[in-house]
Amino acid sequence: MTDQPAIELVGIDKKFGAVHANKNINLTVAKGSIHGIIGENGAGKSTLMSILYGFYQADSGEIRINGKPVNIKDSQTAINAGIGMVHQHFMLVENFTVLENIMLGAEGGALLAKGVASARAELKRLETDYGLDVDPDAVIEELAVGLQQRVEILKAMYRGAEILILDEPTGVLTPSEADHLFKILGVLRDQGKTVILITHKLREIMAITDTVSVMRRGEMVATRKTKETSVEELAELMVGRRVLLRVEKGEASPGDVVLSVRNLTVKDNRGVTMVDNVSFDVRAGEIVGIAGVAGNGQSELLEALSGIRQPSSGEILIDGQPIGRASPARLRELGLAHIPEDRHHMGLVLKFEEYENAVLGYHRDPKYGRGFMLDLDAMQADATEKIEKYDIRPPNPRLKTANFSGGNQQKIVVAREIERDPRILLIGQPTRGVDIGAIEFIHRRIIDMRDQGKALLLVSVELDEIRALSDRILVMFAGHIVGEKTAEAGEQTLGLMMAGIAA
Amino acid sequence: MSTASVSLPNWITYGLMPLLNLTLAFVISGLVVWLIGENPFEAVKLLLIGALGRGEGIGFTLFYATNFIFTGLSVAVAIHAGLFNIGSEGQAYLGGLGAALVALALDNYLPWYATMPFAILGAAAAGAAWAFIPAWLQAKRGSHIVITTIMFNFIGAALMVYLLVNVLIVPGKMAPETRTFLEGGQLPKLDWLMELFGLKLGAAPFNFSFIIALVMCVVVWFLIWRTKFGYEMRTLGISPSAASYAGIPYARTVIITMLISGGLAGMMALNPVMGASARLQVEFVGGAGFVGIAVSLMGRNHPLGIVLAALLFGILYQGGGELSFDMPNITRDMIVVIQGLVILFAGALEFMFRPALVRIYQNFVKA
Repeated sequence: MTDQPAIELVGIDKKFGAVHANKNINLTVAKGSIHGIIGENGAGKSTLMSILYGFYQADSGEIRINGKPVNIKDSQTAINAGIGMVHQHFMLVENFTVLENIMLGAEGGALLAKGVASARAELKRLETDYGLDVDPDAVIEELAVGLQQRVEILKAMYRGAEILILDEPTGVLTPSEADHLFKILGVLRDQGKTVILITHKLREIMAITDTVSVMRRGEMVATRKTKETSVEELAELMVGRRVLLRVEKGEASPGDVVLSVRNLTVKDNRGVTMVDNVSFDVRAGEIVGIAGVAGNGQSELLEALSGIRQPSSGEILIDGQPIGRASPARLRELGLAHIPEDRHHMGLVLKFEEYENAVLGYHRDPKYGRGFMLDLDAMQADATEKIEKYDIRPPNPRLKTANFSGGNQQKIVVAREIERDPRILLIGQPTRGVDIGAIEFIHRRIIDMRDQGKALLLVSVELDEIRALSDRILVMFAGHIVGEKTAEAGEQTLGLMMAGIAA
Repeated sequence: MSTASVSLPNWITYGLMPLLNLTLAFVISGLVVWLIGENPFEAVKLLLIGALGRGEGIGFTLFYATNFIFTGLSVAVAIHAGLFNIGSEGQAYLGGLGAALVALALDNYLPWYATMPFAILGAAAAGAAWAFIPAWLQAKRGSHIVITTIMFNFIGAALMVYLLVNVLIVPGKMAPETRTFLEGGQLPKLDWLMELFGLKLGAAPFNFSFIIALVMCVVVWFLIWRTKFGYEMRTLGISPSAASYAGIPYARTVIITMLISGGLAGMMALNPVMGASARLQVEFVGGAGFVGIAVSLMGRNHPLGIVLAALLFGILYQGGGELSFDMPNITRDMIVVIQGLVILFAGALEFMFRPALVRIYQNFVKA
């Protein structure tokens, strides 16, 4: 690595109005290395990468690729400069084949035949060189998520990327798929490509990177050789204080069955069966975790339990009473609260002010206004109380919800649902896109609820989170519950079950 | 993707941006006027004098504005629940039927102020009824409200012509209209209001409906921002998935919202039918329902903005009429062009200047 670094960012600065997203960032990424960038949500990682990929223009500063200053004004310039990006959400045409997706935007001429032939040859070469094997004629929607991601990588490589940026690449992968991805990244590095890995998972950073840079509040606070640092140090650098990485909790003392699911089958909007004949119980005073790779029916299960989606067959019972076709409003009255998986589309109305979201779903409560009227003062007083109790920042109930950070938005939802003191709490992805400090807080609250004797059902794609919080773990695969384990079950065991391999 | 998420201060969003859009619309209109060989500055002068120069002009301007306030509110209420009601035109037309039937039934027995509450209810009920079927189809069958309300404009027009020609017409007369209402079925002119400002109303049909319109502005504001139903409407309008999470019943919210929207459109009929011509005539709505869409967009779906936008369109209607009278080169069609440009820039292209303003604002804040 004597030659020029692959990427040099010098004094990159970017403001969005009053928000200083990137403050004078300097970063050097060595050629042929895997460089991790970690930081909490809103630390400026995405902004920085967006500047590198040409989505945004830096207000000041310089980007050098292989030692040469480059003015990256759009993503086309970035591609020409040899930068490829694999987004967190794939940018693939679902009903096209792998080959068609890879050619997209680089068809080469008005007639397809010639381009198809050369693309096929090039794909073959990439496969043999990097071990990126995918059937070029497979249709994207029929591929597993891990393979779809491989197509994204191939797309970048096909365009001649020397530098590959991966944004939170393992969020949708099973542990074994993630391991496979890391192997591929290792091969890419050995072939002289440069990889930038953006993630908030410290374990991944430790497992695969050569160098790691930490961002906090728009600043690049440290760069370390991965070998010379530790998870604890990185966590502290990210948050700016010492963090507890493990949740402390005592033994559960489960009571009576509160929530029962009997032979539940749920279809999604397309009519595909997503939850298939599922039965389980949740007792008072325990946390039942549902592990599984995203898209294996967990979302539909939560929607059915919370009354948003009507099951096509089976029964849901609360205290032994079937709930029938109860609406979400009726279920709230029965003492069921729901922290939804997707706070942006379900849990919050982002254009509302904070206090308006603090009553969402409970707005008909007489507490917030008599008759048909809303009592804005009561709503705001209530919101202020929750803001204090949950340390939501900035502490302003009149601020538009979209202007809160991900962690604080999640706290708004968590505060709303927990402060109703429900008997049953459904929790979906409680810490997705939430920073470490807030994760600690939310996990603490969840454990407190358990200790107060509530029945909790936790759905998360973060296996670590499931293992840390749950008293019992159910693994869901392709709509079925394939097995039950205790929290002591090893990651590998669970990982295999999540992949549908072992039960 | 870079500028859309940046928020601007309210005075830019609600003040400067509409002003810039409007200015641009007028500059281009001026160019058109200049191209057909008239002096654009002279034209503006005539337009403003026509609309605001004398008491009678102001009276007409406010009369038109009253129509636009009602239809603007109608469109705005629906938009807050995420529904694009294109059917205010037809709902207003049917509202005329409701108002006229009440006036015809009661004008012989009651004074105007006793007839009025029934007329308001009649107009609103008829307008709401005409919005109900599209609303029901949207709520229960998923038929798109834009398509169904457009269709109902045509059906409503045909129905009204049939009723006026065959049922409501005065026997022996040629004109497809009802008999003239007696005083008990008319809304009084607001000449006393004009006299407060030392103005003479003259022949202008500026009438009590204007007061009703302003009251409805307050009612709509209260409904949207101070009631539980308004909260549910707004939740549904911004995020249908959050509404379903929160247990807000979709069908019920859609139907009630459309009934309110149709009711407001129906109430527009009070102004021309009971306030001006004192009879129900064919095509009395005259496009006010469609102007309501522009008024609502331009007024940012807020009652206060709607009043201001309605005044602007009132000025364009009245001033434009006077202008085409004084400058024969500028025909009625030219006025429609100018109105079209205002709608284009203030409505359809309302955010055209936004990226530029964001950049200027950010530089300004940084400096």
